Amino acid sequence: MNSLADFVMVSAMLFGIGVYGLITKRNALRLLFAVELMINAANLNFVAFEQYLPPAPGAQAALGQTFVLFSIALAAAEAAVILAIIVVAYRLHQDVDVSELKTMEG
Amino acid sequence: MVDVTFIAMMVVTVGGAIFALEAQEIVYGAIGLAASLFGVAALFFLLDAPYVAVFQVAVYIGAVAVLILFTVMLVRQEKWAKELPSKSPSRVAGAVTGLALVVAIVYALASTSLTSDTALQNGASFVQIGQLISTGYAPVLEVLALVLGAAVVGALTLSRVDREESSQ
Repeated sequence: MNSLADFVMVSAMLFGIGVYGLITKRNALRLLFAVELMINAANLNFVAFEQYLPPAPGAQAALGQTFVLFSIALAAAEAAVILAIIVVAYRLHQDVDVSELKTMEG
Repeated sequence: MVDVTFIAMMVVTVGGAIFALEAQEIVYGAIGLAASLFGVAALFFLLDAPYVAVFQVAVYIGAVAVLILFTVMLVRQEKWAKELPSKSPSRVAGAVTGLALVVAIVYALASTSLTSDTALQNGASFVQIGQLISTGYAPVLEVLALVLGAAVVGALTLSRVDREESSQ
């Protein structure tokens, strides 16, 4: 059987890949990919810790899974807005390179 | 002792994540992201959380991945297919930072007793999740509905093509 550490390790790898993508990439879509990966790493941690550790005194049993449901819904809303912004940026600049989008730079 | 299903799903998840960021053609990258999200859903199944797993498949792969795929096709450029700096300083810095983070987390993990937890404690049932959402966290659910509605309206407003303006 798997231990809690295995799932946390997968989550750490996903988060590390996400951080690598955020630092390295300049394409706005790749940045969105990286953010989605990091959100998924956090969700995986929520469920893994809830399923392996006993609930804190006074806490309900399904709290971790409930938070993950909220988190997934929020991530979907966030992705919709970011994709709309990317489409607008592409229409204005014919480019999705974040180092080229300097309209709002102070 | 780790079972085969877990190893396979770990490979799909991590491999899909790397492919999503490193594939030359960004359309394939979007498909890699979908594979990675699917791997996470399978890990949710292994964690005895089927409701969250199905929710992940429905929302992430059914909605977000398809949305990303269509956007990728709308804004695709030849520029990104050709240009690929393999040894730029930011790339090395990113790889070092990501690896350092993973090593730090694994090192911290090794010094805890979490590796010995092998039995799933409590399989929270659908009923418990439903009760939690519809009683204690009902205000959160309603605010979330507002946020989703606002996000949809915002996305539509942003991407609306102003006919009169564009014809001038």
